[in-house]
Amino acid sequence: MTTKPLWAQTPSSVELTGSWRTFRPIIELAKCTRCELCWKFCPDVAIVLDGDGWPAIDYEHCKGCGICEAECNLRAIRMEPE
Amino acid sequence: MTRLTIPEPELMTTGHLACPGCGATLVMRYLLKALGPRTIVTIPACCWAVMSGPFPRTALKVPFLDCAFEATGASIQGLRAGLDARGVKDVTVVGFAGDGGTVDIGLQSLSGALERGVDAIYVMYDNEAYMNTGIQRSGATPWGAWTTTTPLGRTKAQEKKDLMAIVTAHHIPYAATASIAFPEDFVRKLERAKSIRGPRFFHVLAPCPPGWKYPPEETVKLARLAVDARIFPLYEVDHGRYRITRRAGKKAAKDYLEDQGRFAHLTDVEISEIQRRVDERWAQLEFLEKATAEVHG
Amino acid sequence: METMMTGNHAQSLAAKLARVQVVAAYPITPQTTIVERIAEMVASGEFPAQFLEVESEHSALQACISAAAVGARTYTATSSQGLLLMHELLHWASGLRVPIVMGVVNRAVAPPWTIYADHTDSIAQRDTGWIQYYAESNQEVLDTVLQAYRLAEDAQVLLPAMVCEDAFYLSHTFEPAEVPDADLVDDFLPPLVYPSTLTVDDPARLGSFMPPDQYMEHRRGIADAMEHAARLIPEVEAEYMRTFGRDHGGALPTYLCDDADAVLVVSGTAAPTARAVARALRADGYRVGVAKLRVFRPFPVAAMRALAAHVPRVAVLDRSFTFGFGGALFQEVRNAVQSPRGGPLVRGFVAGLGGRDLVPATIRGIFLDALAKDEPDVTWAGLREVPG
Repeated sequence: MTTKPLWAQTPSSVELTGSWRTFRPIIELAKCTRCELCWKFCPDVAIVLDGDGWPAIDYEHCKGCGICEAECNLRAIRMEPE
Repeated sequence: MTRLTIPEPELMTTGHLACPGCGATLVMRYLLKALGPRTIVTIPACCWAVMSGPFPRTALKVPFLDCAFEATGASIQGLRAGLDARGVKDVTVVGFAGDGGTVDIGLQSLSGALERGVDAIYVMYDNEAYMNTGIQRSGATPWGAWTTTTPLGRTKAQEKKDLMAIVTAHHIPYAATASIAFPEDFVRKLERAKSIRGPRFFHVLAPCPPGWKYPPEETVKLARLAVDARIFPLYEVDHGRYRITRRAGKKAAKDYLEDQGRFAHLTDVEISEIQRRVDERWAQLEFLEKATAEVHG
Repeated sequence: METMMTGNHAQSLAAKLARVQVVAAYPITPQTTIVERIAEMVASGEFPAQFLEVESEHSALQACISAAAVGARTYTATSSQGLLLMHELLHWASGLRVPIVMGVVNRAVAPPWTIYADHTDSIAQRDTGWIQYYAESNQEVLDTVLQAYRLAEDAQVLLPAMVCEDAFYLSHTFEPAEVPDADLVDDFLPPLVYPSTLTVDDPARLGSFMPPDQYMEHRRGIADAMEHAARLIPEVEAEYMRTFGRDHGGALPTYLCDDADAVLVVSGTAAPTARAVARALRADGYRVGVAKLRVFRPFPVAAMRALAAHVPRVAVLDRSFTFGFGGALFQEVRNAVQSPRGGPLVRGFVAGLGGRDLVPATIRGIFLDALAKDEPDVTWAGLREVPG
């Protein structure tokens, strides 16, 4: 018998939602100015910034929604078929 | 050089089961960034109740209590009372509910909590229908929208409930609208709310790709258009004083409506009527801003 | 120290002695004086609880559940329609495994409107996973609320409990009762340690979504907790006796049953009347006894079977009717004591609904009927002929 029924503590990140994708975002860092808009608008927390602010896609979890491509003002991200 | 305009730490995890492009996830993400880790959230039946995934998963790095559909207002009241009784004074209590669970079935409980002056923040993420159960109309569904219970031939014939008007009628210290397209505005308002005691309320627009019928990459764009077309004005009511926090955009209602499949059937006459109502409400809001500025000095 | 108190004031006093931390309640006759007395004690400072005057019973129980989830000891009280409105949240409390104690003033349900005694309101909650006690005196109400906290908060129980008292017969009637010493109550009832307390220091979710491969085990966990409660009830009573010098007979206190030809199983304030009737019948040469069903949930199967082993006829009085084959108590008693190997003759008697007084004559009639006849299975006692 558990002492704490219904106590839920496993992070949802165990689910690899990257398998949902039909398109994947590709960031062209050469065009990127680290404005962080893509990081800011990702609903899946699937864009991570390194110590210097360069964004990278967490492909294990990215669902391919395309918001990052739509919001990047510099067209530094493009969605490609998975 | 990084130029973060909102706090960096993440208190929502990836791997949640929200639809791609879900607006409601950004509401939570920004909320927790602004309020920080000493926060407890209670959530009724809604998309967010299932998004974390099955037991034993959670998508939040703060404590999270599920509550009954009708009772988010009572749940925040109970959390606050329990924490106060145990001497825990520095944890922010948040009720986080969808539009259906707030304007319809949850309205009584919310009203009671506001009237009793509960020291908590209530956030309604508004995707404008009962989305978790498959897109049925709620009291927050806009006039003319398609939903499964207001199908073509019988689309929603009633106006969207003005929940901000209902909430401000309870004379609470702070209420505000917000949009996921303007996270800095939302975060600033949350920081303002965090500094106030008593009931604080947020109405946040959260576009929904399957429910509103648009491709997922347009979520932020639609959340921005809604504000810039003055369909969802950004304003706050701070101790009775109205302040519009983003001035009128130049977009027409048509620009916002034509991108969404749920409005695809609207005629030009209907769109004109919507524009007329938008203009009227905006004028009224500007009047309230001016009038309350005078009253409050 | 002995004082005169109503059943309602016994509830409020017990909540204060138990050092309840959060009370959330909504008024309904005849519960109102419980909450009014609590409000007075909070206002005077003698009861330092958070008191929430909520806007409905549904909200009252949700507020208690949420307060309990962050580790506070909670109390609420209601009756009749209010309890029915709470029904969804009753399931929520047991499902979430929070040890709330609730006072229920048993009142019949509408329509038609009535404010008088009847057990339909709490009997209709028998499926919700709450421990249920039925009291017959104001002393018992007070003592039982304290025992209920002790039982509910046990780490292997963690179930909500209701302490039921009959409308007006107890709620508004003054009886002498001993007020337990506050220090002794603190010894008997230490502060709540709720294992699943939500805290920012160890973030977790409480509630969740459970697919078919896990849900059944969770329900079995609640059932196991009920079984554990059944084992603990006599221990809690014994501890209460050691601390305060009195108890109330456990789950099924019996009276004159050892050599009885017929025993009446009865709950609530009809029990002392039944005992007086049994004494009178004994004087007339009938061998009868009374078994008071004090705890309905968990149902005291072992105690009931022990009683049935030596009693040939059992009559069960239901002060409610739920439209099954006989009343709820009748069904559970019969189910517990009858098997293909045999068992006593069990017959059901529905009586006292909507505040219809259970006068000695009615109860005497039930005893005599039970002694003389083998059927019918179910009889409505004291029903008037309605002009057709």
